[in-house]
Amino acid sequence: MADPLLAVRDLRVRFETDEGVVHAVDGVDFDVDVGETVCLVGESGSGKTVACESITRLLPDSTAIDGEIRFDGTDLTDCSASTLQSHRGGRIGHVFQNPQDALDPVYTVGEQVVEAIRIHRDVPKAAAREQAVGLLDRVGIGEPEARFDDYPHQFSGGMKQRVVVAMALAPDPDLLIADEPTTALDVTIQRQVLNLLADLQAERGMAVLFVTHDLGVVAEVADRVVVMYAGRVMESAGVDALFDDPAHPYTRALLACLPGRGDPFETIGGSIPDPTDPPDGCRFHPRCPHAVADCERGDHPALRSPAASSGGGRAGTNDGDGTDELDHEVACLLYDDEHALPPELAGVDTEVADD
Amino acid sequence: MTESPLLEVRDLEKHYPVRSGLLRRVTGHVEAVDGVSFDVREGETVGLVGESGCGKSTTATTLLGLEEPTGGEVRFDGEPVAELAGDDRDRFRRRAQIVFQDPNSAFDPRLTVGESVAEPLAIHGLDDAERRREIVVDTLERVGLSEADADRYPRAFSGGQKQRIALARALVLDPDLLVVDEPVSALDVSVQAEILSLLEDLQTDLGLAMVLVSHDLGVVRQVCDRVCVMYLGELVERGPAEALFDDPRHPYTEALLSAIPEPDPAASADAVELTGDVPDPSDPPAGCSFHPRCHCVIPPEQFDLDPGAFRSVFDLRLAVSGGDVDPDAFEDTATVREAFGVPDELGDDDAERILTEAAEAVAAGRVDAASDRLDAFESVCEREGPRLEPVADGSNGDRDGTGDGTRRAACLRVGDRVDR
Repeated sequence: MADPLLAVRDLRVRFETDEGVVHAVDGVDFDVDVGETVCLVGESGSGKTVACESITRLLPDSTAIDGEIRFDGTDLTDCSASTLQSHRGGRIGHVFQNPQDALDPVYTVGEQVVEAIRIHRDVPKAAAREQAVGLLDRVGIGEPEARFDDYPHQFSGGMKQRVVVAMALAPDPDLLIADEPTTALDVTIQRQVLNLLADLQAERGMAVLFVTHDLGVVAEVADRVVVMYAGRVMESAGVDALFDDPAHPYTRALLACLPGRGDPFETIGGSIPDPTDPPDGCRFHPRCPHAVADCERGDHPALRSPAASSGGGRAGTNDGDGTDELDHEVACLLYDDEHALPPELAGVDTEVADD
Repeated sequence: MTESPLLEVRDLEKHYPVRSGLLRRVTGHVEAVDGVSFDVREGETVGLVGESGCGKSTTATTLLGLEEPTGGEVRFDGEPVAELAGDDRDRFRRRAQIVFQDPNSAFDPRLTVGESVAEPLAIHGLDDAERRREIVVDTLERVGLSEADADRYPRAFSGGQKQRIALARALVLDPDLLVVDEPVSALDVSVQAEILSLLEDLQTDLGLAMVLVSHDLGVVRQVCDRVCVMYLGELVERGPAEALFDDPRHPYTEALLSAIPEPDPAASADAVELTGDVPDPSDPPAGCSFHPRCHCVIPPEQFDLDPGAFRSVFDLRLAVSGGDVDPDAFEDTATVREAFGVPDELGDDDAERILTEAAEAVAAGRVDAASDRLDAFESVCEREGPRLEPVADGSNGDRDGTGDGTRRAACLRVGDRVDR
């Protein structure tokens, strides 16, 4: 088995604020393989964006980042500024949520794409211009020659996001980090941008780390999914396993909130914990319908396979391919040998059982 | 269904002048809302959906009189809103309330929640501070907050809680009509569900009529009884929510629905992808305003083409006639066909011959000649603007007789004329 392209181990990110120390990310592990799409899912404040931005250190200097971020053999938490520089926007591209903020209003879009090309490679201006036109054409900007000299304000939101994608692709990255790239766009434009990203990925064999809160988008783009909550990973699984057989009570609650799934007005209740003072034990226990006394003590539970549980109810669920089963991990005490799995969690169905 | 609706909107128009030049002369108009009609009955929720810029929020603010309509009429409880004056106008202002999208910018940060929620009461003449406090506490409890919250400041609350407070402020005057403009789009999905279920409860308890403005069809499906789909300032389809979602009749509604990513990895990905953006509302396309993006644009009668093939030919036609084709951009007919996704064989000999001639002209840089040839592909959708007509459909048709519950769609394919 080859090493993953990106391996994040025990990532911890702390900010000092007036209210106290915020542990935005508090011990997070995940991998991204070559050519694969991994989705980081979670609500606002779950730490998904901070986890991504710490990879290329886009965070303020005062931020404390601990742990290991290994990209193709290089530890990015412990490397020279120039190595980091060559990865940031070079081998690792970024696309952000709001294309409005990602483009400089006083330069033409063409100049900005040319800059993205020339900052990483020594290309003469004319050649860079030609490449930039090619990229703009590839991301679906009609008449790229003519639009090269237009300013961002002359583009619609969807078109701006296409330009941002072109800039991220300029140095031909191995990994594209896309942080809510379609959240600011209308559904019909979101559809266009998602299709574009999928085509580009297939064409270039690029890995994508996709951050989103929208489980509909996850179902569409992800190979694997990492569910985050309050700075921790709750569950990590192949996309089919996650939607067909969600293990963690939080994942199940999140899925149940979706329109058209389960009870239309299902809610989780409560709100996410104060980031300066997270609860002991499992971060989700104050809101969890299945919490037992042990959930309130000790550290956040470690990730383990949901199939290893002593509850025999899951034996028949392994009808998919076996690799999903191996990849499926959940941070929940109820899946260890000492706790009985509640019948709602042991079932195969995602529907909440009717009494 | 004999009682008259609480709110009747008829041919509502809101045009904004476009000014340019040194003297700021009016050089055109943006028709943000252009002839929108619908009714809202007591206790009913009507959804207004569409992409950004389709005029749904302008419809909401205009129907409440927050902006002066350019044309058309809004009647509330039978009375034309524009003619209300004095006490009658105040009463309308009390009975019709609005909640805006972003709860973070909806409050004065220096007022406590209690003061903010009590403000409408004071404005409408309740001078007794103790009584005000009583009502405020009552209302806060109704939206799931407590008395203690009245003395805290907005910054102490999360986004979902602030949206509850915004609801409380709108409900404190005991309105009959509540307009909610994107009430959950700034919130997380788990919090969205809470606010939507609160809205549903409030409506059942208080018998409120609601107009819900949203770009999110999932949200609309969950809460609305009836839905109006807007595109470029006009209604393109209107009908009962379930029927409209199960069987969309306007191609735009179909495209909007199929663009929603489905939370099911096994779902097929054969979604309709709309090409291009919403056109500039100050210069809307002639005929059906959706024709530049429509995947079912109607081919001329003499050709027998499938919709996808005709769409690609039509894209070429629009690009050529719109002057968007660079004469030097193409080497041969194959590159022209490829650029517009025209299939190798159109499957209709006449169409194929005309297209080949046009593609040759484009490749040779004679764009005007190509444009002349492509005129043969003029679609009826470019000439005729469809009206909102009843959908002829036996299964879910005229449950309400000729009333407003009838499904209507503004598409030439739906009307009697072109039903092939």
